[in-house]
Amino acid sequence: MRTSYFNVVKNGASIVGPDTALEIFKRICLARSFEAGLIEAVREGFVTAPVYLSMGQEAIAAALSLAIPEFMIFAQHRCHAAYLSFGGNAERLRDELLGLPTGTSGGRAGSNCIQCHDNDVTMHGHHGLIGENVPLAVGAALGSGKPTVCFFGDGAAEEDYVLSGMGFASTHRLPVLFVCEDNNLSILTDVATRRSWSVTKIADALGITNADLSDDPWTLYLTARELKKSLPAFINTFTCRANWHVGIGVDGPPEWDRFEIIRQDLSALGLSKEIAGIEDDARSAMESIWDKKLLQRLSGR
Amino acid sequence: MGQKTVAETIREITRRHLEGGGMLLGESISAVGWVNNTVPDCKGIVELPMTDVAGSGIAVGAALVGRRPIFVIRFQDFLILNGSPLIFYAAKVKELHGKSAPVFVRAIASEGLGPVHSGVLHSIFMHFPGFRVASPMTPKEYEEVWADYMSNDDPMIVSEHRCSYANSREMEDLIAEDADITLYAISSTRFEAIKAAGQLAGEGIRCNVVHIVWLKPFIVDTRITAPLKSSRLGMVIDPGHEIAGASQALAYMISDATGFRVKALGLRDRTKCLHPPLQNRAPDAKRICEAVREILLEGGKVPL
Repeated sequence: MRTSYFNVVKNGASIVGPDTALEIFKRICLARSFEAGLIEAVREGFVTAPVYLSMGQEAIAAALSLAIPEFMIFAQHRCHAAYLSFGGNAERLRDELLGLPTGTSGGRAGSNCIQCHDNDVTMHGHHGLIGENVPLAVGAALGSGKPTVCFFGDGAAEEDYVLSGMGFASTHRLPVLFVCEDNNLSILTDVATRRSWSVTKIADALGITNADLSDDPWTLYLTARELKKSLPAFINTFTCRANWHVGIGVDGPPEWDRFEIIRQDLSALGLSKEIAGIEDDARSAMESIWDKKLLQRLSGR
Repeated sequence: MGQKTVAETIREITRRHLEGGGMLLGESISAVGWVNNTVPDCKGIVELPMTDVAGSGIAVGAALVGRRPIFVIRFQDFLILNGSPLIFYAAKVKELHGKSAPVFVRAIASEGLGPVHSGVLHSIFMHFPGFRVASPMTPKEYEEVWADYMSNDDPMIVSEHRCSYANSREMEDLIAEDADITLYAISSTRFEAIKAAGQLAGEGIRCNVVHIVWLKPFIVDTRITAPLKSSRLGMVIDPGHEIAGASQALAYMISDATGFRVKALGLRDRTKCLHPPLQNRAPDAKRICEAVREILLEGGKVPL
């Protein structure tokens, strides 16, 4: 059921507590502010390579980064929020998008291939085949025994090797949390046009513990904390992509505005002042990272 | 005799690796014959479900976290399915991200088993950056290829051939005095090139036979060029398809480096069928002899 409130716990922000809720909000704001600066940098011509924005979906990574901070990460495109939320350095991400040697992969890989091996974060880069990260994550979990999270989209979930990878993880009871960020769109083709089946039901059939829910960060946080006790597990989370599949364009208003819903949740807890401060801090931090004079110097444009 | 065969060598290397904490992944490994007796019955073997693309990705994932997996592909044709994670991830991760996914791919070739079980596809992997590609046919060569893999961090495509598994002999280059032609042979055709050289000698045609183990990197050193300086004619022989394949690629490289004419001999541009005469088999001694006679008739020892 694709709604903003599907399987969302009531009073979730209150249940997770103000400290955790505000930390999740802070990570959301960092990702949003980073991408706000990125959008401007694309408009100004400083970033010329394709960009895959997390905007609209960033609550998922923010919540999970607090629930499973120790996990090895295999993300795919639209991974800026995962990188930043789990602890990646924003300047190195900017530099990667600018194609600089100081980028996360020396400027060789770009927006859809972000890796991180700093700050106790292990995030392996994706190369561009959607869902390729799923069997890679499964193999890495098999080889290392380390808990692993794998982010992919509703389109990637249709790749045969994704389903086979999940099946292998089930057979060997590997410590993998599969997270399908279901924005309902493959480029612009919706799920109902592409398939008649549910990935969650497939996970169920494979014997993988699973959850279907909207991208409410409080519920995601609570769910992931539970599921990490019974890996492998699968989360399908309904979310709304704010921008084009690739690029900074917008097709229209999203089905729901998760960021605004989160603000309302936190305001209802009497945290209006705190969230305003967090937003200001994030905006300020990212404005300095995307400072136009700095970009001119870095990019030579 | 009494020496180890290639199959025994592979089995011993594998046992050492697995007992030392390595991994081996593949489909139906422990089924009949343990992959022609090349896999030992010991810990560290991961039976993959019949899922070629995901299975390959799982092997690459294990390589990414340092397990140096051996990934067994029973028939090289399946590389078309297995190839995606190898080509798009394992071979790219070093150049893109400065990381490595050193997976040892045992790609096994056969002959006479029909359209999708008889192929030799190492050429495809020579095409993509990031791989090391070798085709050992003797015990010592296999040990050397393994040592190379363990001392590098690149994914390795090892183009094996079932016809080599019973072989226990090393194969030295055959250098004839005043040779008429130099045959550069790859994989299973090495055995046939030796036979062909013997047959042609009976006709008064003298052949050098130079064995090619490393396809990538392929280094045109004096072992490759010196015999050609004498024979002034060469031919690269490969069990894969000739067009855009290893035979043509290496022939070009050798010719380019020496200025001498080097032909290519591989599979004809036809599908391999199951039954004779449509099998389109790898060049055998008879076909090699025919090709040599034709080259000598065409222009003899005239350099380009």
